[in-house]
Amino acid sequence: MGNFGNKWNKFVEIFVERNGYVKVVEGLQNTLLIAVFGMLIGILIGTLIATVRVIPKYKTLPRALNAVCTFYVGLFRGTPMVVQLLVFYYVLLPLMGVKMQGVRVAMFVFGLNSGAYISEIMRSGIQSVDAGQLEAGRAVGLGFAPAMIKIVIPQAVKNILPTLGNEFIALIKETSVVSFVGAADLYVAFNYIGSNSYEFMVPYLVMAAIYIVLVMFISLLVKIMERSLKKSDRRN
Amino acid sequence: MIDVIDLKKSFGSLEVLKGINVTVNKGDIVVVIGPSGSGKSTFLRCLNCMEDPTSGSIIFNGVDIADMRVDINVHRRHMGMVFQHFNLFNNKTVIENIMLAPVYVRCQELKKRRRQRLFGKGGQEAAPQATKAQIKEQAYGEALALLKRIGLEDKADAYPSTLSGGQKQRVAIVRALAMNPDVILFDEPTSALDPEMVGEVLDLMKELAKEGMTMVIVTHEMGFAKEVANRVLFMDEGVILESAPPKEFFANPQHARAKEFLSKVL
Ligand SMILES: Nc1ncnc2c1ncn2[C@@H]1O[C@H](COP(=O)(O)OP(=O)(O)OP(=O)(O)O)[C@@H](O)[C@H]1O
Ligand SMILES: [Mg+2]
Repeated sequence: MGNFGNKWNKFVEIFVERNGYVKVVEGLQNTLLIAVFGMLIGILIGTLIATVRVIPKYKTLPRALNAVCTFYVGLFRGTPMVVQLLVFYYVLLPLMGVKMQGVRVAMFVFGLNSGAYISEIMRSGIQSVDAGQLEAGRAVGLGFAPAMIKIVIPQAVKNILPTLGNEFIALIKETSVVSFVGAADLYVAFNYIGSNSYEFMVPYLVMAAIYIVLVMFISLLVKIMERSLKKSDRRN
Repeated sequence: MIDVIDLKKSFGSLEVLKGINVTVNKGDIVVVIGPSGSGKSTFLRCLNCMEDPTSGSIIFNGVDIADMRVDINVHRRHMGMVFQHFNLFNNKTVIENIMLAPVYVRCQELKKRRRQRLFGKGGQEAAPQATKAQIKEQAYGEALALLKRIGLEDKADAYPSTLSGGQKQRVAIVRALAMNPDVILFDEPTSALDPEMVGEVLDLMKELAKEGMTMVIVTHEMGFAKEVANRVLFMDEGVILESAPPKEFFANPQHARAKEFLSKVL
C-alpha cells in the first residue's frame, strides 16, 4: 500500500498545485450542463413527438407527421450516442458550414437523442391520463393544443416524473463520451491529471466516485419526489 | 336553436345513427331515453361534434357546425357539456376548473383585439378594456358566485379528488354554466353517482330548467323526465322512434319497442 500512497500523493499534487481541480470543476460543470440542457431539449422534443403520436390518425397530415416521428425515434434509438455525436460533429456541421463548440454540440445531440427516448415515456404518460380529461377540455371550447398543454400534459408529467428522473441519470452517465467531439467533461479532466502524472489509477478511481455520488444524489431526489407525489395522491 | 338534419354516424362499418331529425328550441328540456347501445350518447356527442357526424347537418344558431370548415371551438363555448364521469380537470382546483375556459377565451379575445389595434384594423372602439389580471379577477368573482350558488364556496381551493360524486357533478354543471352557454348537454349525469347523491344533482338541473336554460339530457331517471322534460325522445337502434311530451309518451307510447322499454324501466 506504500505504492498506493505514492500514487495518491502524485494525484493530490497535480490536483491542487497544478490546477487539476480547476479542470475537474470545469469538467463537472460541462457534464451537468450537457445533461441538464440535453434533458430540457429532450423534454421539449419528446412532448411534441408524443403529442403527434396520440393525435387521431384519419387525416393525412397527422399521419405524415406520425411517420416522420416514427422515423426520428427509430433513428435515434437505433444508433449509439457516440455515433450520433461523431456524425453530427464531423459530417453534418461541416456540410452545413457551421462551427460549434464541443459542449454545445453535445447538448444539442443529447437533446435530440433523449427526445427520442422521452417521447416514448411521455406517450405512456399521456395514455395514462383518462381520455375524459381531454374531452372535457375540448367541450369547454379549448382547441387540441391548449387542452393538451393546460390539462393533459401536466397530469402526464406528474405520472412519469420518476421515469424522467431515471432518464436524467442515464443522460449523466452517457456524458462520459462527449470528449469524442472535444467537450471537456469529467473524463477529460481526470485524463489530464492522469497524463501529467503518468498515473491513472487514482484519477479514474476518484472520477468513478464522483459519478457514483452524482447518481446517488439524483436517485435520492427522485425518490423524495416520488414519495411526496404519492402522499399528495392519497390526500387528494 | 339546434336543428339536426338527417344526422348519420358510423364507427367503421357499424352504423350507430341512421338518420336523425330533431329540432331543439330555446328553453326546451329534451330528455333522450332508450335501451343501452341505441346511440343516445353518440347522438348527444354529435350535437357539439365531439364525434364528427358521418353525414347530415347540425345547425346551431344558424351555422352548420358539422361542416369541417367552421371553427368548432368557438361554437362549443356556447354549448355546455356534462359527463357521466364528471371529467373535472384533476390538475386544477375546483375554482380553477370553473375559471379555466372563461379566462382562456377572454384572454384570446384580448390578444386578438390587441393584434387588430396593432395593425390599425378595428378602429378606436376596439381598444382593449381589460388586462389579463382584471379578466382573472372578474372570472374569479363569477366562479365564486357559482360555487356559492351550489353551496360549495368552501371547496374553492380543494382538488376534485377530495369531493364526493354529487359535489363533483354539481361543480361540473357550474363549470358548464360559467361560459353562459345557450344550451347544456347532459350524458347520464347521475348514472355514476351513489343513490343518495342523485337528488342533489337532479335538483340543480331542475333549478336550471326553471330558469329557462335549454337542455338536452340523456338519462335513465324516468321520474325526472316526467317531471321536468317538455319533450321525450325515444331512441332505438340509431333512430328516434318517438318524440312526444312526457305525459303523452309515458301514458300512451305508440311503438311496441317503447312499450317494451317502459315496462322494463318503470
Ligand atoms: N368510439 C366508438 N367506436 C366504436 N364504436 C362505438 C364508439 N362509441 C360508441 N360505439 C358503439 O355505438 C353504439 C351506440 O353507442 P352509444 O354509446 O351511443 O349508446 P348509448 O345509447 O349511449 O348506450 P348506453 O345507454 O349504454 O350509454 C354501441 O354499439 C357502441 O358500441
Ligand atoms: Mg351512453
